[in-house]
Amino acid sequence: MELDEAIEGSRLALSRALTLVENGLSFSTEEDGMVIGVTGAPGVGKSCLVDRIATSLAKDGIKVAILAVDPSSPVSGGALLGDRIRMQSADVDDLIYMRSLATRGESGAVPSVIGNMTNLLKECGWKHIIVETVGSGQAEFKIAAVADTILLVEAPGRGDSIQAEKAGIIELVDLIAVNKSDLPQAEAAASDIEQALSAGSKDIPVMLVSAQTGDGVSELVQKILETEGQSMTRPKWREKLNSEWMRQLNSHPDLESMLDGLEEGSLNLDEAINNLRR
Amino acid sequence: MTYSRVAIHFNERLCVWVMPKPLRIVIAKPGLDGHDRGAKVVARCLRDAGHEVIYTGLRRTPEQIVRTVMDEDADLLGLSSLSGAHGHLFPRTCQLLAEADLTHVVVFGGGIIPEEDRQSLFDAGMRAIFGPGTTSEEINSFVDEVSSRLQQEESIGSGEENDWRWGA
Repeated sequence: MELDEAIEGSRLALSRALTLVENGLSFSTEEDGMVIGVTGAPGVGKSCLVDRIATSLAKDGIKVAILAVDPSSPVSGGALLGDRIRMQSADVDDLIYMRSLATRGESGAVPSVIGNMTNLLKECGWKHIIVETVGSGQAEFKIAAVADTILLVEAPGRGDSIQAEKAGIIELVDLIAVNKSDLPQAEAAASDIEQALSAGSKDIPVMLVSAQTGDGVSELVQKILETEGQSMTRPKWREKLNSEWMRQLNSHPDLESMLDGLEEGSLNLDEAINNLRR
Repeated sequence: MTYSRVAIHFNERLCVWVMPKPLRIVIAKPGLDGHDRGAKVVARCLRDAGHEVIYTGLRRTPEQIVRTVMDEDADLLGLSSLSGAHGHLFPRTCQLLAEADLTHVVVFGGGIIPEEDRQSLFDAGMRAIFGPGTTSEEINSFVDEVSSRLQQEESIGSGEENDWRWGA
């Protein structure tokens, strides 16, 4: 297996290299790229919309890689990864690469290996990467640790305007797409969200789209591309820092011996932390 | 969960290590057949056995299925057909896998496959054919057997020379 082959452009080698990274090989890169996080509740149409976005980018000649996450079973550890059913353009277009991922027991809607996987993709020439989270609620922020731009997908009929007033992921996002604009309640949902956001300091565009018909998709893609290089806000840096800190802690060579010490009582928590900081 | 030995060359360095890795299995519906209850039951049974299962959805071409297997770096591919087109679609998929350098992928099939059609599918490289009435235990036993043969680095992919097949 040659990582070099993946970097030279072999799709097969890229797939195998991604497996290595998914299973724990760390990978860093100097290459620039744009990671677009797509999050939202189950059933709002994230997968279909990601398929539309990818197709639209590919039509303009832009290579786009998709990492789509579905949950692992907490009982068996297995997973049924069904995002491909709705992302059929990935099976025919050479400009689209699509990989399904399982959470493998991690919480937070994106597994921590994603950062390394996006690094590898950038190194291999896939500069635009879409990360689709598992269907998630309000408090899964981990997407902010890997994504440069975050798109929140909403849909009509998901509660009243107070939902949009609540704190949470909505404060970290750069764009909101209200999907299913072909349904009657969509415009009301969009204006509820817009009103709730108008009290805040950040100007977040709310766009109506329909993954079903394709309406509004090219405008959405345009807006996404416009955020490139200007979407890194302080809260996102905080999430990135948090996540990197956790990763370093969990891969620290002395972690196991510190845990041994804590278990045996030969160390207290402060001593263990000080040792790990060194 | 299986363990695989991994050797990679990078910047002229060779690194070898053993890593735990769930089996990744693509379950696909080739052709115009719209009956996917069986495929979904098999996908569910493999999920419950701890594997990562990628389901393609209905009406995929052999080319699309091979692309899926490649992108997902799958270890196994299960093909389901109840429409009678298995005699063309299954061997065609095996042939395209070989052309894409995916000879190592273990291919099995299921659905309505008459006994007299099976030998030619085995000859095309398939390692198992499951018909109606197959239990989930049997599917899991097959995958376990594949997993242990792969760990012993036996070549049982659809494009690799090997006489082994399930139930022979």
